[in-house]
Amino acid sequence: MKVLVPVKRVVDFNVKVRVKSDGTGVELANVKMSMNPFDEIAVEEALRLKEAGKATEVVVVSIGPAQASETIRTGLAMGADRGILVKAEGNVEPLAVAKLLKAVADAEKPGLVILGKQAIDDDSNQTGQMLAALLGWPQATFASKLEVEGSDFKVTREVDGGLQTVKLKGPAIVTTDLRLNEPRYASLPNIMKAKKKPIDDKSAADYGVDLTPHLEVLKTAEPPGRKGGVKVKDVAELVSKLKTEAGVL
Amino acid sequence: MTTLLIAEHDNASIKDATNKTLTAAAALGADVHVLVAGANAKGAADAAAKLAGVKKVLLADNAAYAHDLAEPLAALIVSLASGYDALVAPATSRFKNVMPRVAALLDVMQVSEIIKVVSPDTFERPIYAGNAIQTVKSKDAKKVITVRTSTFAAAGEGGSAPVEDVAAAADPGLSSFIGEEVAKSDRPELTSAKIIVSGGRAMQSRENFAKYIEPLADKLSAGVGASRAAVDAGYAPNDWQVGQTGKVVAPELYVAIGISGAIQHLAGMKDSKVIVAINKDEDAPIFQVADYGLVADLYQAVPELTDALGKLGK
Ligand SMILES: Cc1cc2nc3c(=O)[nH]c(=O)nc-3n(C[C@H](O)[C@H](O)[C@H](O)COP(=O)(O)OP(=O)(O)OC[C@H]3O[C@@H](n4cnc5c(N)ncnc54)[C@H](O)[C@@H]3O)c2cc1C
Ligand SMILES: Cc1cc2nc3c(=O)[nH]c(=O)nc-3n(C[C@H](O)[C@H](O)[C@H](O)COP(=O)(O)OP(=O)(O)OC[C@H]3O[C@@H](n4cnc5c(N)ncnc54)[C@H](O)[C@@H]3O)c2cc1C
Repeated sequence: MKVLVPVKRVVDFNVKVRVKSDGTGVELANVKMSMNPFDEIAVEEALRLKEAGKATEVVVVSIGPAQASETIRTGLAMGADRGILVKAEGNVEPLAVAKLLKAVADAEKPGLVILGKQAIDDDSNQTGQMLAALLGWPQATFASKLEVEGSDFKVTREVDGGLQTVKLKGPAIVTTDLRLNEPRYASLPNIMKAKKKPIDDKSAADYGVDLTPHLEVLKTAEPPGRKGGVKVKDVAELVSKLKTEAGVL
Repeated sequence: MTTLLIAEHDNASIKDATNKTLTAAAALGADVHVLVAGANAKGAADAAAKLAGVKKVLLADNAAYAHDLAEPLAALIVSLASGYDALVAPATSRFKNVMPRVAALLDVMQVSEIIKVVSPDTFERPIYAGNAIQTVKSKDAKKVITVRTSTFAAAGEGGSAPVEDVAAAADPGLSSFIGEEVAKSDRPELTSAKIIVSGGRAMQSRENFAKYIEPLADKLSAGVGASRAAVDAGYAPNDWQVGQTGKVVAPELYVAIGISGAIQHLAGMKDSKVIVAINKDEDAPIFQVADYGLVADLYQAVPELTDALGKLGK
């Protein structure tokens, strides 16, 4: 079974982004970029399936500017076998990403696609579900446990009230939650080896997908600020303030 | 122009998230119909019919909708979509799962987790863990929208809409339900609790959550939350996680105990009305958003606070 893992290049989770003063977006110049943390978890899970003899090949794919190849290299350094870069500039919405991923899946015929549950920049939480819809495959989002049963999958999902376990008929789509695994770091030898692994260069036009956005971003603004309040000296003062000043007790 | 609101419910009754989403749906300016999809869900449908402003309730009562499987639920919503200009649902785990599937089947770009309706096609939504607010205009003829419920007031009762049965859609039969572990608790749910007490990595164990956080929560009739670090370490169950990638809450009072205040955590609670932080590090970032900060060892301060509230008759 081949496993396809879409990986997205995003602003590193440690960076506190700043909104551009003209309201056209957030400041991305000279900001540290990394693989979306949920996608690291997805790559890790695919590698574990391969190490357990349940997967034969792990292919990472990214849609984005030329620099997205760095994100693919990160996946290759973790241990993925090869990469596909679909070049697309500017704002590519989840629906368009899903259409491109469908085209890639049609060509690659994976038994499983593992995505992140959300990208930490746009926080859309859509791409995996959309890809499942377009392929007509079952989906299990927010996975905290994944087991392969022949060509089917048993997946435990993190839901609002606790955990839910479902069975999917393969081929299927799974999106990762934080507790699925702890991703490995790439070792130096593996980073060197990754440089020789193949990355297939494609462009959105190769797949005939229309990338015209359905959403128009009118502006991007700072959220309303919140000021720190006071420090209280002890529990007694805290209780008295909560009671008389804040009125929440 | 009509809007279809897909209800969050437990078959017997509707959840608070539905009341809040109704406020957002009504702001679109069109009539609102409510879809209740479930198994033995007449009770929930009757409750939805009483919501103020609802014109009609559609009840899809079928075993296929018993377990929130995305494929049959998406098929049902798509089968009803032609009669509506907008499909709106709360951003709960059930609809985060199903609505993008609906959107893609309709070739529509979903607008995720809106926090404000600017006009029927223009919405505000947070990006980058709430560090920026985007105003987006949807060019799709049909809108698919999920709503961040913490920012909308709950609609009340006062309606008496008719309840109409709708047929189940063909089940694609791609997935099946195996089981669930749902914690039964008498505590308020995180997303509707008026007060929340949350613990972080500093709690050190599940036992300490039970010994320090829960008694305080009981005194305040509060819901219990946790940071990701506490959930990852196994001190608290996953459904307690508050933050960018957990639950987003905005209670009257949020008490953060032994939580440093990483941006991912703040994303989930910084819209709370009053924030209290107890942390032994006076430079912890959580104090930058806290209305009342107490620099103290939680193992001393929390039992003291619990006692003090007891003396107040709590
Ligand atoms: C230069 C630039 C400018 C942009 N400007 C805007 C803008 O103005 N407005 C705006 O809304 N967005 C903008 N984007 C982001 C772009 O629209 C997002 O890629 C798209 O919205 C996907 O949303 P998401 O990442 O939140 O999806 P999610 O559904 O949250 O992503 C979930 C998962 O899908 C997969 N995935 C998502 N995207 C990709 C990808 N590109 N390649 C491979 N796998 C992927 C990953 O596995 C990811 O974990 C910009 C991006 C770039 C590079
Ligand atoms: C992709 C991604 C998604 C994430 N999503 C989330 C999310 O949704 N929610 C979330 O919470 N985090 C999330 N995080 C993690 C986040 O970055 C932080 O790591 C996490 O919030 C830290 O949890 P904490 O504050 O409990 O732990 P720490 O940062 O370790 O803080 C512990 C605090 O306890 C204090 N302390 C220690 N002992 C005591 C004592 N005896 N008395 C009083 N105070 C004490 C310390 O001073 C410290 O400030 C995410 C991270 C990533 C990469």
